Amino acid sequence: MATPTGIYRQYNEPASAGEYAIEVDDVTMIFNMASEQLNNLKEYFIKLMRHELFFSEFRALKNISFKVQRGDVVGLVGTNGSGKSTMLKIIAGVLEPSEGTCTVRGNIAPLIELGAGFDMELTARENIYLNGSLLGYRREFIDEKFDEIVDFAELREFVDMPLKNYSSGMVARIAFAIATITEPDILIVDETLSVGDVFFQQKCEDRIKHFIESGDVTVLFVSHSIEQVERICRRAVWIEKGDLRMDGLVEEVCQAYRNQFS
Amino acid sequence: MANTNEGTYSTHARSDFEKDIFVLKQLVTKDFKIKYRRSFLGVAWSVLNPLLMMVVMSVVFSTLLGSNIEHFPLYLILGNITYSLMSDSTSKAVTSILEAAPLLKKVKIDRFVFPVQKVLFALVNFAFSLIAVAFVMLWFRVVPTWHLIWLPVCLGLLMVFCIGIGLILSAATVFFRDVIHLWSVVLTAWNYLTPVFWDFQMLLDRGAPAWTIGIVKMNPMYGFVTFMRDIVLWQQNPSLEILALCAVWSVVMLAIGIFVFRKTEHKFILYI
Repeated sequence: MATPTGIYRQYNEPASAGEYAIEVDDVTMIFNMASEQLNNLKEYFIKLMRHELFFSEFRALKNISFKVQRGDVVGLVGTNGSGKSTMLKIIAGVLEPSEGTCTVRGNIAPLIELGAGFDMELTARENIYLNGSLLGYRREFIDEKFDEIVDFAELREFVDMPLKNYSSGMVARIAFAIATITEPDILIVDETLSVGDVFFQQKCEDRIKHFIESGDVTVLFVSHSIEQVERICRRAVWIEKGDLRMDGLVEEVCQAYRNQFS
Repeated sequence: MANTNEGTYSTHARSDFEKDIFVLKQLVTKDFKIKYRRSFLGVAWSVLNPLLMMVVMSVVFSTLLGSNIEHFPLYLILGNITYSLMSDSTSKAVTSILEAAPLLKKVKIDRFVFPVQKVLFALVNFAFSLIAVAFVMLWFRVVPTWHLIWLPVCLGLLMVFCIGIGLILSAATVFFRDVIHLWSVVLTAWNYLTPVFWDFQMLLDRGAPAWTIGIVKMNPMYGFVTFMRDIVLWQQNPSLEILALCAVWSVVMLAIGIFVFRKTEHKFILYI
């Protein structure tokens, strides 16, 4: 198994003039595709004895490089399994790159997997603090914004009810409200706009638009809907089968992306 | 909205360390709430549990093994809670990384917080069992002395020791699930090797072979159990020998733990 030697750096300060908010430099991500997973000592030693301990590599990303300036709105496009989500997870710091360097300046609001660490036994109130701590918020900040979070999610009367009694839409509302309660330096959106009912979706989109329009927030946006990318982003990066295919103005990239199907 | 720099800094933790502390507090609180949610006696169980254990063991062993020990029940409960602190924290820590898989796949988080979380949670439970000890001391009219100031030292070293083991085990379990089963066997054997319900003096009196005595004396849990009894029951300073045993084991375990964890943690995500 290849040990990751890539470097991930995240600075708390947002990018200043002349610096990029996100720098992806020659990043490669290798997964172990061994046909069977060995979780067992006996199997491991048998394989070791028979010299069968080889691993087949799968390169989800191959030498990807791109830079994003502060305030830029970039869409990532590509077909299923092309490595978009892997790229986002590397930028969010969840996965470590196998090779290369990824540098991120400023705090990140990752709308990739909402509600990480939510415990269904705990109440919404308790989960807000738990999830907030995982997002790197400070306690005083959550105290201060607590009412705002609950009001945005429109769940005031259920706030002391265990989460298991919530519908999935209600859970998603809370999760979205926590993740976006403050204007982040970097916003990562992975098709999570489809949260809750139509009205709440609209509310989420408005909030994201508000971030984009502020001009201070760097946005990375992933969607299968090419129209949505064209509507929201100024620039697009096209990743296909782990290779960086194209990087440029959103119209050009999306045009080229469409042409591959025709 | 946090447009200014000061605004940005007050919303998010300034350092990874600050974030880790807050996350740990939240996780331990979560463990605590979930453990006692919807139980009638709630936290009282943490006090009752060691008391009941003590009563049972006193009945069984007092005539057999403890006839020459003053306040044998107090002797038992001190040994028991100290050993339990180690066994509870490490047996939970074994699966801590595996159980945190959903989290590790979703957010950026320092991985060491999970084994540490389990050790801290065991410490919280231990604090409640100290209430049980207080009851027993009251019952036997044992007045605590200033030697109790050693208690933070003893617990601090034991925490370090457990975190060291927790780091090793949690990392190893990611790659070999066998460790879960293996560790439960080790804990049982270790329990018998530690003078929890028997007396170390008994080994000497009955002429146990030198190697047996050697093994028991090298046993870190012998050190911690004796440390605890010295300061609470015998009301004396721990001997230099005991102090050294505990300190050396703690430092060595933590060092190995950090080394193993650092070496392997980058691969966790591919195996969980």
